[in-house]
Amino acid sequence: MAEVILQAKHLGISFGGLKAVDDFNIEIRAGELMGLIGPNGAGKTTVFNLLTGVYTPTEGAFFLCGEKMNGKKTYQVVQAGIARTFQNIRLFKSMTVIENVMVAYGMSMKYKMPGALFRSRTYWREEAEYREKAMELLKIFGLEDKADFVADNLPYGQQRKLEIARALATGMKLLLLDEPAAGMNPTETADLLRCINVIREQFGIAILLIEHDMSLVMKICERIVVIDYGVTIATGLPEEIASNQRVITAYLGADEEEEGA
Amino acid sequence: MGTQISIFIQQIINGLKIGSVYALVALGYTMVYGIIKLINFAHGDFIMVGSYVLLYTIPIMVAGGLPAWMAVILAILACSAVGITVEKVAYKPVREKGTKMSALITAIAMSLFLENLAQTLFGASPKSLSTIFNFPNLEVGSTKLNGNTLLTIAIGVAMMIALQLFVKKTKMGKAMRAVSEDGEAAILMGINKNRTISITFAIGSALAAVASLMYCASYPQATPTLGSMLGLKAFIAAVLGGIGIIPGAMLGGIIIGLVESLTKAYIGTLTGGVITSAFSDAIVFGILIIVLIVKPAGILGKNVGEKV
Repeated sequence: MAEVILQAKHLGISFGGLKAVDDFNIEIRAGELMGLIGPNGAGKTTVFNLLTGVYTPTEGAFFLCGEKMNGKKTYQVVQAGIARTFQNIRLFKSMTVIENVMVAYGMSMKYKMPGALFRSRTYWREEAEYREKAMELLKIFGLEDKADFVADNLPYGQQRKLEIARALATGMKLLLLDEPAAGMNPTETADLLRCINVIREQFGIAILLIEHDMSLVMKICERIVVIDYGVTIATGLPEEIASNQRVITAYLGADEEEEGA
Repeated sequence: MGTQISIFIQQIINGLKIGSVYALVALGYTMVYGIIKLINFAHGDFIMVGSYVLLYTIPIMVAGGLPAWMAVILAILACSAVGITVEKVAYKPVREKGTKMSALITAIAMSLFLENLAQTLFGASPKSLSTIFNFPNLEVGSTKLNGNTLLTIAIGVAMMIALQLFVKKTKMGKAMRAVSEDGEAAILMGINKNRTISITFAIGSALAAVASLMYCASYPQATPTLGSMLGLKAFIAAVLGGIGIIPGAMLGGIIIGLVESLTKAYIGTLTGGVITSAFSDAIVFGILIIVLIVKPAGILGKNVGEKV
């Protein structure tokens, strides 16, 4: 079996008296695509914020390739190998497409301040090397001829793809996608799916996906975790989830007589 | 007629000279504003710090057989250190805990603190600097051009080009732009935000140090309040060009410099002596008011409309 990339054990966070996420357990292996679903307000984005160090968990711990991530600052978590995209696109709008990707490559480049100021040989070599890498990445997403466009001028679907490309450039092992298909039309969604599959094959990374589009989740995810009110109510294969009574109840609501069952 | 043109050209050159000083200082305001949305009122006083460093290190340089202008390296180091320290000690705690208003007041306090510290350390009376550079004058036709003035403009232009290259072509520069656009997203690209803010302060202060060299080359006097009026005009330049926008600060600085120089030279004759050159500052501020009424975001600023 492939290497375990992400492991979360009894992860939880409380805001005041409210337990936003409680006893969250997950294990994702390299190359795996896992779905994280749940009704609105279930705590999905909170899970993402925990896994990227935006929130510090009040309970439990999570590990990236065996290394404990609790208490690390967000940028350190990202440097360790967890990247995310946002529900609402957050590109660096006034920068060009390729610059957006180059920002994420920044931490991989080794040259220091004197090298930058006096244009050392390392500076030239690395800038050229990573620019080439950035172009290759853009090619996967069909954005190579848009490299010098200002990001804000791209159509919506391409901005989504650029956001994923930028996240990939952080060199992560685990990619967290927050509703990547939100607001996309069916053609754009199909294209996005193709990209997700390509990057899984090519980069061998693990992906955790939040998505509201059930048919999409059922189609592409190998396993699915369902949370409701911060509590994990089901974990399993798509077909198991689809027939799970608790999941159906959480999404559709329970009839009076079923409550408490 | 020939002398008229020659005087006019000289006024333009003078305007460009003081304009490039304003531009370098304005860059410091605009970069810091871009990255932490704070008007660093102490920025003008970083120039003052630079001038005192020059005052005391130029004689050492000259005694050591080095050219006087090399003292600017020490001034750059000192100003960067002061800039980073002010940010870490005064602004960072307030930025993390307080409101924007408390950060702004802290900046005003830092400005007063630096001015009073300088007064305590060096005394209130102006101190004269030794000559920084002595460049031969140029004569183009009948126009005599001051060599030092031309050199000052050249240094200013070189610094602006270098900054532009840094911001556009290096990873630190891109990180700075990323943090100023969306700090949270930048962190999620693995960028150390606090380090990027320190770099921004260091570069802004280094530019202030170079500006102090350029300024002191023409007006060789160090006083504790040297930075206040200069800083204020540079701040106006930054707002005029569009605060937070780097090319805007350059443009704003040059415009303010030219307006100041040309009003000083011609306003008296043009108005028949009603408005004298003493009004040149009032005219500079007046222009700011007009621009802010017509285009509140500054010349290069984008008016951000509310999305409905």
